[in-house]
Amino acid sequence: MEAFIFFVFAALTLAGAFGVVLARNPVHAALSLVVTLVSVAVLFIQQDAHLLAAVQVVVYAGAIVVLFLFVIMLLGVDHPDTLHDPLKAQRLAAVVLGLVLLAEVLFLTGHHWATGAKAPASDAIRGGTPGLGNNVERIARSLFTDFLWPFEITAALLVLAVIGAVVLARRSRNADEAMVEDAS
Amino acid sequence: MSLTLASIEITATYPLTLAALLFTIGAVGLLTRRNVLVMFMCVELMLNAVNLTFVSFANQLNDIRGQVIVFFVLAVAAAEVAVGLGIIVAIFRRRRGATADDLDLLRDPVMDEARQ
Repeated sequence: MEAFIFFVFAALTLAGAFGVVLARNPVHAALSLVVTLVSVAVLFIQQDAHLLAAVQVVVYAGAIVVLFLFVIMLLGVDHPDTLHDPLKAQRLAAVVLGLVLLAEVLFLTGHHWATGAKAPASDAIRGGTPGLGNNVERIARSLFTDFLWPFEITAALLVLAVIGAVVLARRSRNADEAMVEDAS
Repeated sequence: MSLTLASIEITATYPLTLAALLFTIGAVGLLTRRNVLVMFMCVELMLNAVNLTFVSFANQLNDIRGQVIVFFVLAVAAAEVAVGLGIIVAIFRRRRGATADDLDLLRDPVMDEARQ
């Protein structure tokens, strides 16, 4: 059963990924991205990452893809993309480089190089120190003790991103007029 | 079919291989597609492949810190999308092209027209 679920959702993940790359219409690409993201969330559940699965669906499928679709609709670029490529050799080079990359990563995956030091019992996903609680409590314990400083920096990063997005997307009428006046 | 599937034990190698494939598809898509929005989605595919790798290794090593790192990757991805889409909207407002090949000028063609 475990293997069956894995292969079904692995196939869905890859199908969605191919959909993103091959779809001519950006809206179809965004919807294929949702298939991939939800399938990856199922694979997260299978690997005891319950909270991350929920966050994956809420943040990625719920927020990021909606943002993508919103921008597609706002800009009106939902017409099919021309697959004409001015640099003919680039596509072939990209596929060859991709295969080299795949071989490289698979080579690394096939070797047992990531079996390093055992984690302390207080950081276990299953078992470990008694009284660690469920997946959410374990992540919270780690996030708000060992990773407190990165967590605070993440808050600063998100505020900066919001400010940056507002500044970039704002239509500044004064600035446009000033530039045209300067030019003339 | 079900007998052969039941005999397969899902070790960490399977999701890691899947993540490698997902990352490769994202990388090739990023290099071949010309629409900046689709290129952005391919970046998200690559980030998801990395997240899957983190979760697989966390599961294999029984270490919750691998899952905590995925949290930070998610936060960075959200910030990146907000700023990136802001840049795309700003570019679209200036010129009507959507492809990465059109964006080969550092100077502003609107300013050039205003100069003439």
